[in-house]
Amino acid sequence: MAERTTTLELLINGESRVVAFPTHHTLLEVLREECGLTGTKHGCELGECGTCAVLVDGQPVLSCLVLAAQMSGREIETVEGLQEGNRLHPLQQTFADLNAAQCGYCTPGILMTAKALLADNAHPTRDDIREALSGTLCRCTGYHKILQAVEGAAQLAAGEEWTPAADSLHGATPPDRGSE
Amino acid sequence: MAEPSDGKQRDESLDLPGRHIGQPFRRVDGRAKVTGTTRFADDLHFPRLCHLKLVRSTLPHARIKAIDFSSAADVPGYLGSLTGRQMPHPFGILPVSEDEHALCIEKVRYVGDPVAAVAATSEEAAYEAALRVEVEYEPLDTIDGIDTALAADLDRIHDYGDGNNIHKKVSMRFGDLEAGFAEADLELEDTLFYEGNTHLAMEQHATVAVAEDEDRVTVYSSTQTPHYVHRALAKVLELPPSRIRVIACSNGGGFGGKSDVFNHEIVAAKMALELGRPVRITLNREEIFYCHRGRHPTLMHLRTGFKKDGSMTAQHLRTALDGGAYGSYGVASTYYTGALQTVTYDLPRYRFDGVRCFTNKPPCGPKRGHGTPQPRFGFEVHLDKAAEKLGIDPADLRLRNLAEPGSVTANWLQLGTIGLRRCIEAVVAGSGWRERYGRLPHGRGLGLACGSYLCGAGLPIYWNHMPQSGVQLKLDRSGGVAVFCGEAEIGQGSDSVLAAVVAEVLGIDLADIRLCVADTDLTPVDLGSYSSRVTLMVGHAAHQAAERARKLIAQAVAKRLEVPRERLIFAERRVFDAADPEKGLSFEDAVTVAEAKWGTLGTTGSYIPPRAPGKYRGAGVGPSPTYSYSAAVVEVEVDPETGLYRPDHVWIAHDIGRSINPVLVLGQVEGSVYMGLGEAMMEEQAFRALPRHLSSALVHKTPSLLEYKSPTFHDMPPVTSYLIEDPDPQGPFGAKEVGQGPLLPVPPALANAIYDAVGVRIDQVPIQPQMILKALDEKSRGRQARYGPKVFPEVDFGEILRVLTPAEGGDGHALNEHGEKKAHGMSGADGTMSSRDEALKDKDGAVTTK
Repeated sequence: MAERTTTLELLINGESRVVAFPTHHTLLEVLREECGLTGTKHGCELGECGTCAVLVDGQPVLSCLVLAAQMSGREIETVEGLQEGNRLHPLQQTFADLNAAQCGYCTPGILMTAKALLADNAHPTRDDIREALSGTLCRCTGYHKILQAVEGAAQLAAGEEWTPAADSLHGATPPDRGSE
Repeated sequence: MAEPSDGKQRDESLDLPGRHIGQPFRRVDGRAKVTGTTRFADDLHFPRLCHLKLVRSTLPHARIKAIDFSSAADVPGYLGSLTGRQMPHPFGILPVSEDEHALCIEKVRYVGDPVAAVAATSEEAAYEAALRVEVEYEPLDTIDGIDTALAADLDRIHDYGDGNNIHKKVSMRFGDLEAGFAEADLELEDTLFYEGNTHLAMEQHATVAVAEDEDRVTVYSSTQTPHYVHRALAKVLELPPSRIRVIACSNGGGFGGKSDVFNHEIVAAKMALELGRPVRITLNREEIFYCHRGRHPTLMHLRTGFKKDGSMTAQHLRTALDGGAYGSYGVASTYYTGALQTVTYDLPRYRFDGVRCFTNKPPCGPKRGHGTPQPRFGFEVHLDKAAEKLGIDPADLRLRNLAEPGSVTANWLQLGTIGLRRCIEAVVAGSGWRERYGRLPHGRGLGLACGSYLCGAGLPIYWNHMPQSGVQLKLDRSGGVAVFCGEAEIGQGSDSVLAAVVAEVLGIDLADIRLCVADTDLTPVDLGSYSSRVTLMVGHAAHQAAERARKLIAQAVAKRLEVPRERLIFAERRVFDAADPEKGLSFEDAVTVAEAKWGTLGTTGSYIPPRAPGKYRGAGVGPSPTYSYSAAVVEVEVDPETGLYRPDHVWIAHDIGRSINPVLVLGQVEGSVYMGLGEAMMEEQAFRALPRHLSSALVHKTPSLLEYKSPTFHDMPPVTSYLIEDPDPQGPFGAKEVGQGPLLPVPPALANAIYDAVGVRIDQVPIQPQMILKALDEKSRGRQARYGPKVFPEVDFGEILRVLTPAEGGDGHALNEHGEKKAHGMSGADGTMSSRDEALKDKDGAVTTK
């Protein structure tokens, strides 16, 4: 097939690089195939699951629905850039500690979407978090640990102490009234 | 080497203090998961990697007349093609139903069945080439469901089975059923339906195959069962297993959907060997809906006798399963729709008849709960109706009927500890059941249900005397411990269980451990991540290997420190004298001393489940070292005007035996509640015929993540989870399973809650708003306030296998088995279906035909 190729300087996680790719390739494909940044995942490649979300100029974007060729001069952030040096980002810490990442496949997309939320709203309510993440599907967690982890990360990001609630680690304690 | 552990001498482990065990800790792969560095199969890259696409059938049932690659070969970048003739050996996960080919040879059996494969230098070129492959078909009758499959005069999908398009029939009776019904004060009958649904793991199935030599290949795959993939590859590729290496990458979710051997895995390996270069295939989401192997659509009929006090006298369950086009795990699934009815409540007499049909749809197989959520839904809704008729509170009806811990059931399953009483009490107290059930305003209701599940299938899928799980340790002067095990991490946290057990026994940190897992060349066999077996079986094997290492180290250290061996404590990365904790060595120095004394250090551990008491044909499905128990209460709000409803809260309690890591346990509980709600409320793997002008082919109704509805962040209600700890001597450190059991009570609890809310019974899932409206309408017309199936089809289940119960003085054998066995030539190959001893006898005496 005769393919048109685009050569572009992409700014990914603060680093510039010149990348050549077939013009019709999505940002998802270019990140994973041309750049080797396989942290960004894909669940449908049709914009339905939210798994491939990355940040473009700080806003969550489904990388399977945009062309890499549109990314000139844009600032792209992926999960590979989330760490601060060798330290985990607060979202990464709380997700790891609460088992909010089970299989971990939807996790990069959720982390990046949550990062955009916290940048916009440092103290989101649970409904705010739900709304922000509602375009993302997770089949493992039932979403609860993710909500708790984003709340915890908001505290950490604000410089507050964060200790996971006992029932989020051990389960609830049953009240003592259940017998016949 | 010592005998493999039988899981019986483990009681002392329950008393260990638990530095890791029982404490929430960050999973060992947690950092990789949140940094995006976990390598899933599609993330792998190799030089000269090329791309594979499968050409899939566009007809549901047809003969293949011709395949033409001439136009495909013109695509720039085209590298080669394969047809089924190049892989003539059939395969299948169960030895009794090896009915698949890597690529179809004579026939296609569902839309999506692969007929040919092409490889090219880019994914787009492979796709283009696949589109250009021309296949000529001769259409056959479409079998679109249970009713058409039961009809005798339509084209046959397979030339084996128990009838025209009947794959498997099962009929077994435990005890004098009619005597039981004669004793009953109330006899209740129900017909219910559980729609099929699919796993929907977020990771798209992917396989990368790398040719290492002309007769040597490595296959990286998203699979829950690398060992079974290994066996199937050896068979189909006609290579010694030693030339094939299967590595299960971390799975991006499994839920049972990656526990079959898939045609694309075999084709990728074959193509890599043909081309001499790495080959990758990643299925698109639509292909995954057609791969399926998910929940069997199941029609059920229950008839149960109750006494006035609520005790049960007998039950007769009939199930009819829509199996799809191939065997998959289906024979086991069929048995599972009956096997576990007896492990929750005392059921003194029991009959089970099951039939699995072949239809021209993607094959069904195991999904979380494998074959048991359907009858569990039926049973728990049935019990709710019985409670009302008997005037007994539904919670009390269950509390009065609890199975006896340590007893043997009517169908000869050996039970272990049962934490169900505490589970029920927890959700009853948490939900305010006593004050609120039956008393909430119209439109709001509470429903309760329970469930039980295996902690590992008692038998492997193919017959053998070998361990079902193995672990090897390598220790050296660094103080680091390498742990080798065939287990596959699918997100559930099996790596963390493995590491925690070893760290606990050796008194070291999780960070001192390096894991090497799921690699058939390097790791001892573990059968895979299915049947909720990993925590129990891998846990035992790891425990045994670590105990052996501890013994070697202790002997060397005892001599060096001149301290009796029994006084040595392994904790906090030290080995020291209990009487004088200052006197000791660092773990690193302790291993150094041991390495000097013994030479290079390595130990092994393995596990085989205890033998089950049942000896009848079919007794192989159901046994487990022990069973987990769960109870749930769902609160729901229903709008009687629209039928729309919303679960407001779920209380769930799970008998975990003992948590290895409670935060991982909670993850499984919450995830199970979520998946159970999805099945109960919206998820459907359903089919429709295309319009005539588009071929009339039977296709998936909703083969995309947008159209196949699954719960989102907005749909998920708050969940209160209680972990009930009741250590079971059969489990490592007392642990039971949690990956599947907590799903079971959720769908029936929702249906029961809807009844409490608006007084109508919805006897099928998923429960759609229009079903509630229809039932409300029926109710307003004075008719039965119910929506659901009305009849169970007439099926001749053949000769009933008659088994006396333990209470009747039976010995676990069927009364009428031996004549029947001789009459069935396949009994020796009837994999999972008879007791181990019987089957080995059959196998040893049988002529190998493969």
